[in-house]
Amino acid sequence: MDTDETAILFGEDVGFGGVFRCSQDLQDQFGPHRVFNTPLSENGIAGFAVGYAATGGTAIAEIQFADYIFPAMDQIVNEMAKFRYRSGNQWNCGGVTIRAPCGAVGHGGHYHSQSPEAYLAHTPGIVVVMPSGPKDAKGLLLSSIRSPDPVVFLEPKALYRSSVEPVPDEDYELPLGVANVLHQGSDITLIGWGGQLRLLEKARLLAQKEGIHCELIDLRTILPWDVDTVTESVIKTGKCIVSHEAPLTCGFGAELVSTIQNECFYSLEAPVMRVCGMDTPFPLVHEKYYIPNELKILDAIRDVMEKAK
Amino acid sequence: LTLRSQCLKDSKASFPGAMALSLTMLRGAMRHTNRALAQARRSFATGNDFGVYTGNKKVPFVSDMEFVQPNTLPTYPAYRIMDDFGNIVDGAKDPEIGKEECLKIYETMIRLFHMDTVFYEAQRHGRISFYMQNHGEEACTIGSAAALQPQDMIYGQYREAGALMYRGFSLQQFADQCFSNNGDPARGRQMPVHYGSAELNFQTISSPLTTQVPQAAGAAYAYKLAEEDRIVCVYFGDGAASEGDFHAGMNFAATLKAPCLFFCRNNGYAISTPVTDQYAGDGILPRGVAYGMPSIRIDGNDLLAVHEATTEARRMALEEQTPVLIEAMTYRVGHHSTSDDSTRYRGTDEIQDWSKNRNPVTRFRHYLERKGWWDEAQEEAIQAKERADVLTALTTAEQKEKPSVDDLFQDVYDTPTPNLERQWSELQEHIAKYPEHYNSAH
Repeated sequence: MDTDETAILFGEDVGFGGVFRCSQDLQDQFGPHRVFNTPLSENGIAGFAVGYAATGGTAIAEIQFADYIFPAMDQIVNEMAKFRYRSGNQWNCGGVTIRAPCGAVGHGGHYHSQSPEAYLAHTPGIVVVMPSGPKDAKGLLLSSIRSPDPVVFLEPKALYRSSVEPVPDEDYELPLGVANVLHQGSDITLIGWGGQLRLLEKARLLAQKEGIHCELIDLRTILPWDVDTVTESVIKTGKCIVSHEAPLTCGFGAELVSTIQNECFYSLEAPVMRVCGMDTPFPLVHEKYYIPNELKILDAIRDVMEKAK
Repeated sequence: LTLRSQCLKDSKASFPGAMALSLTMLRGAMRHTNRALAQARRSFATGNDFGVYTGNKKVPFVSDMEFVQPNTLPTYPAYRIMDDFGNIVDGAKDPEIGKEECLKIYETMIRLFHMDTVFYEAQRHGRISFYMQNHGEEACTIGSAAALQPQDMIYGQYREAGALMYRGFSLQQFADQCFSNNGDPARGRQMPVHYGSAELNFQTISSPLTTQVPQAAGAAYAYKLAEEDRIVCVYFGDGAASEGDFHAGMNFAATLKAPCLFFCRNNGYAISTPVTDQYAGDGILPRGVAYGMPSIRIDGNDLLAVHEATTEARRMALEEQTPVLIEAMTYRVGHHSTSDDSTRYRGTDEIQDWSKNRNPVTRFRHYLERKGWWDEAQEEAIQAKERADVLTALTTAEQKEKPSVDDLFQDVYDTPTPNLERQWSELQEHIAKYPEHYNSAH
């Protein structure tokens, strides 16, 4: 907001600070013309963002919950993603960044817990990003906003309160399209994104106690995803587990596993596995059974190690 | 007081009956008084005969229960300056747009007519894959474009080639896009008639309907913040106005006070769907009123009315920083597209009537003739010239090379992503193996 005078931040309830306090005090600081409420319409929010960005401006749009991004899908898939291409680069809406809280929060049920990255990833022309913690969130968000391409930035809502780490005060960016290897390990590659990294890290520590050394990768950008970092790791370890909260069937893990088996087949010592949410709507009272938690991941690690023998 | 005098009157009547009557009335009176007191207490908080609601909105209260019956409301009238024969109607004023401007408008109408006729035929003969005509709506798009300024951003639906043509898009440029050749800045990526021009401030057309409406609101908001002498004009049809994006775009522009002109071409049909299947209310105009913006319905086949309404709408949008709605009543003379045969769902009599008796181009021509600016000789000359120019553009476009297949991978992103680089190189290897199949010969 400071470095780009065209930047505006808008969406439902953004004015008073936002339902997750993401825009707290920003209206006071930058004024109601730049930080404001819109009417309740996700397709309106997305379309408005495209039009604003088409004039060269920076439009930071908030969708209140990723569960409600679906009315905006026409604007995202048919307009935002194709805006530059269909015009022969006469026009572009790279100035768009759509932010949406996503993921399990403990009590969200069907409509306050979804992770829609798989729907979005199937869209050439947009960038899809999901940070796994506050430090990454800041750097990735600044990169996303400044990216010359339109970005959908999914923010795991459980991490708003629970994830605590030192965040540098200064302006810094983290590269898009580049995965982050959080821990090196020689036995097996674990890949995830967003809130799932916390569970993968728990599983990694449990596995370590059993003498299994896991390499942990945070994908950071879903689209375009960092094929090289992933394949390099799996060629090294020969084993891989992909884990995400979203349902198993046609989840984004399927894309990773397909490419991994294609690129790393001759290095694989065991089938590539996925530990994911189940193929049900996200349940309320049974959330703890649904979540691909550290126990399920640990079981899968043991299973893969066993098969590799 | 009434009750007291009543009681006194009653007491003069037979005693027990009167007492009973009086008591009943007294009880009734007390109930009435209690209610009145309670009401007064509530009213005191909000007012005697109105309530104040969120946003400091005063709403008067009434005690007659009356439902608004829309079908009893009068139809909103349409503004016109000329009659069907190009005469200035009683009470209207000739806006005196000027000879030079009027002739430019008329020439554009003729050029558009010939381009539509020839390109439609070209599709029938398999020379281009698809086409959409603008017959019947020339006044709507050319009249409004003429009233805008060049810096105003236009968002179209797909039947606004008239606006683009008025702004200076050449016949060659139109033809190149339709033939998807090397001359198309969009590299042949889209179907014919999906034009766009950054130079002429005309946003690239996309097939999904109405998506341009909230985008127009966003663009207008950018001009508002930048305090530019600039508005957005977004076109859409009667069918497109049923989409959710219409509601979103209008509502956003109104609440955010964006200087956006919403121009509805109400041409009676959305492909085969007549407006009687499209909406039950009085068309699009009342929706503008409902969203809180100045709105007008006009005779869309009256070039002068279109021009004047757009001029005033632009002034309002800019000076008052408000969206404005114009609903232009018109008629789609041509089929929806080359994929449509409209005689399957409407009578040829109807089409003929509009084409012959209510034609916006001939109507404007009569006006020009009356002004002494046009005659038969000029008419013959321009018809021949424009047709010849269109044919030249067509044959030239047909000869041009197609864009390189390398263009397939550009502009998906600002810079091709690794997966695109990889697919591009795989495709190049594949093409090299089967050159005969992939040689782009005409």
